[in-house]
Amino acid sequence: MANPALTSHVSDYLKRRARWSPLEIAFWVFAFATIWLFPSKYLILKDTAILALFAMSLDLILGYAGILSLGHAAFFGLAGYFAGLVAKYGYINEPVVALVAAGLVAAALGFVTSFLVLRGSDLTRLMVTLGVSLMLGEVANRYSNITGGADGLQGIDIQPIFGRFRFDLYGHNGYVYCLIVLFVCFVVARRVVYSPFGLSLRSVKGNSLRASAIGIPVKWRLVGIYTFAAGLAGIAGALLTQTTAFCSLDVFSLDRSADLLLVLIIGGTGYLYGGLIGAVIYKFLQDYIANLTPQYWQFWIGLVLVIIVLVGRERMAGWIATGRGTIESLFSGAAARSPKLAAPDGK
Amino acid sequence: MLTILFDGVAYGMLLFVLACGLSVTLGLMNFINLAHGAFAMAGGYCTVILVNRYGVPFALGLPLAFVVTALLGGLFERTLYIHVYARPHLDQVLFTIGLVFMAVAAVDYTMGSSQQFVQIPEALTGQINVFGIGMGKYRLLIIAICGLLTIALQLILTKTRFGSRLRAAVDDQRVARGLGINVGAVFGLTFAFGSGLAGLGGALGAEILGLDPTFPLKYMIYFLIVVTVGGTSSITGPFFASILLGIGDVAGKYYVPKLGAFVIYAIMIVVLIWRPQGLFARATAK
Repeated sequence: MANPALTSHVSDYLKRRARWSPLEIAFWVFAFATIWLFPSKYLILKDTAILALFAMSLDLILGYAGILSLGHAAFFGLAGYFAGLVAKYGYINEPVVALVAAGLVAAALGFVTSFLVLRGSDLTRLMVTLGVSLMLGEVANRYSNITGGADGLQGIDIQPIFGRFRFDLYGHNGYVYCLIVLFVCFVVARRVVYSPFGLSLRSVKGNSLRASAIGIPVKWRLVGIYTFAAGLAGIAGALLTQTTAFCSLDVFSLDRSADLLLVLIIGGTGYLYGGLIGAVIYKFLQDYIANLTPQYWQFWIGLVLVIIVLVGRERMAGWIATGRGTIESLFSGAAARSPKLAAPDGK
Repeated sequence: MLTILFDGVAYGMLLFVLACGLSVTLGLMNFINLAHGAFAMAGGYCTVILVNRYGVPFALGLPLAFVVTALLGGLFERTLYIHVYARPHLDQVLFTIGLVFMAVAAVDYTMGSSQQFVQIPEALTGQINVFGIGMGKYRLLIIAICGLLTIALQLILTKTRFGSRLRAAVDDQRVARGLGINVGAVFGLTFAFGSGLAGLGGALGAEILGLDPTFPLKYMIYFLIVVTVGGTSSITGPFFASILLGIGDVAGKYYVPKLGAFVIYAIMIVVLIWRPQGLFARATAK
């Protein structure tokens, strides 16, 4: 263990993996450039940012920890109602504080339910996660005097961010707010994923028996990532409530969790950008189809799902990887240094 | 009190017929089929069309619903499902949810989104009194049909050659293959039969459960509860689980109407934490 050469080698390797690639930087530069590029599309861009955050949080437990969940909307919805209620009754007026608090509430629920989810097979997990979100939906429906029941929570008045930036009608500030929150959450999630903790998660997903044999506390790692992902999902839910000033029972619905899976499948699981790219494609696809056939867009979404599965996710991931490789080599070619050559610089 | 029990049993029996096909496919191929409810819906709409539009007698509509959905199930199994068996559970969930979405939208498109009603014969409406308990005639019929079906299924499973093949395949697929049992064919037949039963259940249940395009999504969770709580290794497990669920649901809606389905989900989660393999499952070597 106390081999200094080995330790430094490993930490070098980790640092190298964690470095921001030019493509990633370009991605975020473009993401922030959309603020000025598409001023007429703020509404859909804002939804996309929220969906991206939500999908990223599911990817943490699905792609990194291998837990199949159909009830991720539970955290989204709980935090959404939390953010709505504290704003409506004036407990926490500062949106950013409310956002963090909502994330913590969702994380607490994630921590408690993680022990239920860790038991049993895939199907049991599916049922328990689904059951938890449906139960929360029933509770929200039951206490309709507080939550507004089927009509949704109305009359939420969100105060300006830091007392300065008011949520305007065109959604400009709302979108910037969502994008910044998404970026911050992404950086945190990226840090977690590239840490030794994240690596140990991968080994747990690969083979949990072996992982525990080399001394990884499998259970606590899973509890940890589940709690963290729940917190991120909660932040996404709170963002939705804050930017729309509305929250309805729909946040707990199965459709929402199922759509989320589709987003991840489009984007690819097991790398953080999967959720982001998937959200962008999904949102614009949905917008396009909904314009063509407003009532029956679900059919086409279903068809996309079926086709993706029949064609095979691995095959598609192969295409994407090829495409990515091409773009990356183009990029580094332009910068006159390939990522492989750049690596030794870090030593 | 007894009326609630009676209604609950009828409801549970119905759920059993709807879900038993699912439990067999799940146990046999370890395949998570969330689209099972879509077949039930197909059976329901089939009966609605036949009985209401073409004036086919109700008694003939039911077996036709069974046949049509069984054929449909067989067709889907051979053309689509067969490619997905060996895939990870995530793919299966996505695939079947995709099918559900398509079914919901397709039915919405062709039949409209409103609730459909089957015209049941006059003789089956109303109540009769037995020992002072009011019993709906239609519910009595459901209990009779479902009871007979359950007995028939149990006999098929335990007494016939096909049944023993099926049980062998469920217990250990590889050994069963090694013994020369054509597991694929057994599975295809079972899938078709299970879909047919779901269709029959959907046709029978249109009166009680309601029938609209969101049916597969609404009842998916119920079928899954039956299967997970009852376990997949026998037919008695899902049977008792569905009776329990039926009574629990009816009683819950009667005594604590405001909590709605909360009771059911709570019971399910408690059972799954207590016994993740299902309430009535025996320990398997899998």
